[in-house]
Amino acid sequence: MAMEKQSLYAYMLTLGDNALILGQRLGELCGHGPSLETDIALTNIALDLLGQTRSCFQYAAAQLEGKSEDDVAFSRKENQYTNVLLVEQPNTDFAYVITRQYFFDVYHLMLMEWLAVNSADETIKAIASKAVKEARYHRRFSSDWMLRLGDGTSESHQRVVQAVEDLWPYTQEFFVPSEAETLAAQAGIGPELSSFKEHYYNDVVSLLQKATIAVPENPYFQKGGKQGVHTEHMGYLLADLQYMQRTYPNMTW
Amino acid sequence: MEKKNWPLWEVFVRSKNGLEHRHFGSLHAADATMALENARDVYTRRNEGVSIWVVESKHITASNPENHGELFEPAQDKVYRHPTFYKLPDEVKHM
Repeated sequence: MAMEKQSLYAYMLTLGDNALILGQRLGELCGHGPSLETDIALTNIALDLLGQTRSCFQYAAAQLEGKSEDDVAFSRKENQYTNVLLVEQPNTDFAYVITRQYFFDVYHLMLMEWLAVNSADETIKAIASKAVKEARYHRRFSSDWMLRLGDGTSESHQRVVQAVEDLWPYTQEFFVPSEAETLAAQAGIGPELSSFKEHYYNDVVSLLQKATIAVPENPYFQKGGKQGVHTEHMGYLLADLQYMQRTYPNMTW
Repeated sequence: MEKKNWPLWEVFVRSKNGLEHRHFGSLHAADATMALENARDVYTRRNEGVSIWVVESKHITASNPENHGELFEPAQDKVYRHPTFYKLPDEVKHM
């Protein structure tokens, strides 16, 4: 069963927006990383994510008449972006950057592995097959740093515990499907997201324990990003992201 | 808080199977695992390599530039140590 073009477009946005917004956040660190080596590592990850975004948006644009990938990336309003709230959270400090990345990477790798093997859509399958290797490295990088920060100095420990505490409420949104994700699951193009949940939290909790980071007990979770209801940080991020296209519409490099 | 620098590591990359590892540069890292990860990001992101070695710089013993004269100059006028005085048969190529 194939998806209608409009729904497939919406599904590609959910895949691409997470990568776009997290890539933009990481891009902000270019030249500002805590050390030369981590600076390069984080911007490498940003570039991987932007590459995935382009593949997703090219396919999204192909579903609509007369749209380009740039239109999709730059010409939407805030409430038309469907990324999860986690990825738009600011680069408060290195512990936040790594924790946000780790929480995303565990989910992202599970999703890409599923899509690369199971998606009924050949294009999505191909995009995911390429992304799997990148996602695997991202997860390795962020897990290593979670362990180092959690089991490092008292300063790094305290900061990463704070970051985990603050970002934890944004983790459950991954598993609450949007309309597009529900339709994709019915069409066999995307996974049943709820089926990832147990595996996700098993992985995350075991790593947190290994890193000597207390697992938060907060049962209240935030969601809304997938419906376009974003946190106060999103507007500033988009102002940066969209500035050139808004000022010089249809500009190219 | 005192800012401590991570130790320095030297990075060797093999660009293709069959070639030797070559010195590519150096970087800072807290330990060997991190040095490998950093080397991957700093030195192989443009597809430069298939294998990486890292070694902490302090483990490398280097010759002293001040001893250049006694170490290296005596070899300069000993051309007979190069095998250039033999006639090679035409069948032998690429020598």
